[in-house]
Amino acid sequence: MKNLVVVAGNGLLDRRAFLRGGAALAAAMTGYTLARPAAAAPLADDPWSSAPGTNVPAYGVPSRFEKSVVRTLSNPNGEPRTQHGRTPHHLLQGTSTPNGLHFVISHAGDADIDPEKHRLVIHGLVKRPLLFTLDALARYPMVSRMTFVECGGNSAPLFSREPIQASVQALHGLASCAEWTGVALSALLEETGVDPKAKWLVAEGADAPALSRSVPLAKALDDAMIALYQNGERLMPGNGYPMRLLLPGWEGNMNVKWLRRLKLVEAPAMSYYESRTYAPILPNGKAYQFYFLQEVKSFITHPSPGLMLKAPGFYEISGIAYSGNGRISKVMVSADGGQSWAQAALHEPVLSKAFTRFRVPWSWNGGPAVLQSRAWDEAGNVQPTRAQIIAVRGQSAKVPPVTAFPSQHYNGVTSWAISSAGAVSHVYA
Amino acid sequence: MSTHKLTAALSIFAVNFSCLAAGPNLGKPIDAAEIAAWDISILPDGTGLPPGSGTPAQGAPIYAQKCAACHGENGKGAANAAVVGGAALTNGIDTVKTIANFWPYSTTLFDFIRRAMPYQQPRTLANDEVYALTAYLLALNKLIGESESMNAQTLPKVRMPNRDGFIPRFPDKL
Repeated sequence: MKNLVVVAGNGLLDRRAFLRGGAALAAAMTGYTLARPAAAAPLADDPWSSAPGTNVPAYGVPSRFEKSVVRTLSNPNGEPRTQHGRTPHHLLQGTSTPNGLHFVISHAGDADIDPEKHRLVIHGLVKRPLLFTLDALARYPMVSRMTFVECGGNSAPLFSREPIQASVQALHGLASCAEWTGVALSALLEETGVDPKAKWLVAEGADAPALSRSVPLAKALDDAMIALYQNGERLMPGNGYPMRLLLPGWEGNMNVKWLRRLKLVEAPAMSYYESRTYAPILPNGKAYQFYFLQEVKSFITHPSPGLMLKAPGFYEISGIAYSGNGRISKVMVSADGGQSWAQAALHEPVLSKAFTRFRVPWSWNGGPAVLQSRAWDEAGNVQPTRAQIIAVRGQSAKVPPVTAFPSQHYNGVTSWAISSAGAVSHVYA
Repeated sequence: MSTHKLTAALSIFAVNFSCLAAGPNLGKPIDAAEIAAWDISILPDGTGLPPGSGTPAQGAPIYAQKCAACHGENGKGAANAAVVGGAALTNGIDTVKTIANFWPYSTTLFDFIRRAMPYQQPRTLANDEVYALTAYLLALNKLIGESESMNAQTLPKVRMPNRDGFIPRFPDKL
């Protein structure tokens, strides 16, 4: 046990304890929600061990014991307004979000598109306007990449002037990460040719409101993709089936779902979403425009509100870090509200513009603690503390409902308080 | 194989491959007339605005019939957002953003109504109706006069109050 070096206040241990401590130590440390009374009865076969099991289904679904692992819905009855489904980060591990749990925001429901009839048109300031069917696109060389998609309004409850008591799902559930496969947009633009006057493209969906966003041409030629597959299977309807624009690291709303049209133009269209929704108001009454980037951010998922620490002892603190500017270079974790910090282990591979899982072993002594994480990216950006981002961006005049969006683009630190009873709550520290 | 022969062999490969098309080329050429029904993009300078026109008086009954159920009588708001009025943006970062206090361009109003409204039957309004509704909402917000007609020439000239209220967040990305 010589690797169990306390490296920061309130019992944070050296991250390498996991790597060097061997299997026995690792097993001792995974006991998050596994903390149960020791088995007193002699071991015997349970019913599932005594007879053949159920039939193998054509399309698998999780165990019936996992029914609570679902998205939370803001508008389950489909009233005529936006619907949000949030990812349950506190019930997931690793870095890829299962397709059925990927966050969804649909402004007028999920379009139910017949892929045989779907068309993508690229036109405007091009040499040769072209129409692509799904069959045609499926014959192009494919590219795959892990990348997160995050709503520009994710984490907005942290602009509240008081900490809102809610789960990490409610606070940060509008971000997810998947392996996306599709056709590089640059390959299609090579075939249409680009008029030198073109500086932007206007992307439009085939959904009822024909959602539209303007994208700088430079991003389109850099790493944009027409995504057809999500974690190996075709896109989920809520994520844009049969095709979406994927702009790695950029505001979720710009990753236009159900993509049917790209028009190359000289200037941005100033659509509703770019000129109004995703332009956050600043304390002086001005507003940021063209925010685009999802900046470096992290939050702890384990533990987090709703998960209990049942007894003092070993726990693993883990969470998610990501940056629209590239790879995560470092994550620091504090258990004493930011007075001292321990460097977290980063789960490999650390990929650009993708979720990175971080972990720190922790010996909880049963006393109060405040857990925080803070991330750095390879471009040298550091996640701001809440005080730092609020100093620039302001906070709401009143305490909004947890589903409200008092502003956009919060990437500050999140703090979880642990009580002596092992309960986790949201605090500002 | 000598270096010389290898180079020669490689250059034959290069010649052969360069004869092929650069890419799959599976897109079907399409002309502007075929795209027209989908081509509803409008730029702030008015590029893309269709023929047609409408006045606030023409817009009022259309609003009452097709918009008021969600946005309230006279734009006061109901289940969905108000489309008239708005507080000063210095009231706080969570000030409700409205046509009058926030939207930088009048063309966005035409664009959003045409593409997305009414919510249950988008893109069913005639262009004259969209111009009329745009005129009605601009007049309701005192941004144009009661008798002004909106069309492809007049609409882009309507200067919105918050036109200069914006700061590009990452100018190097534009």
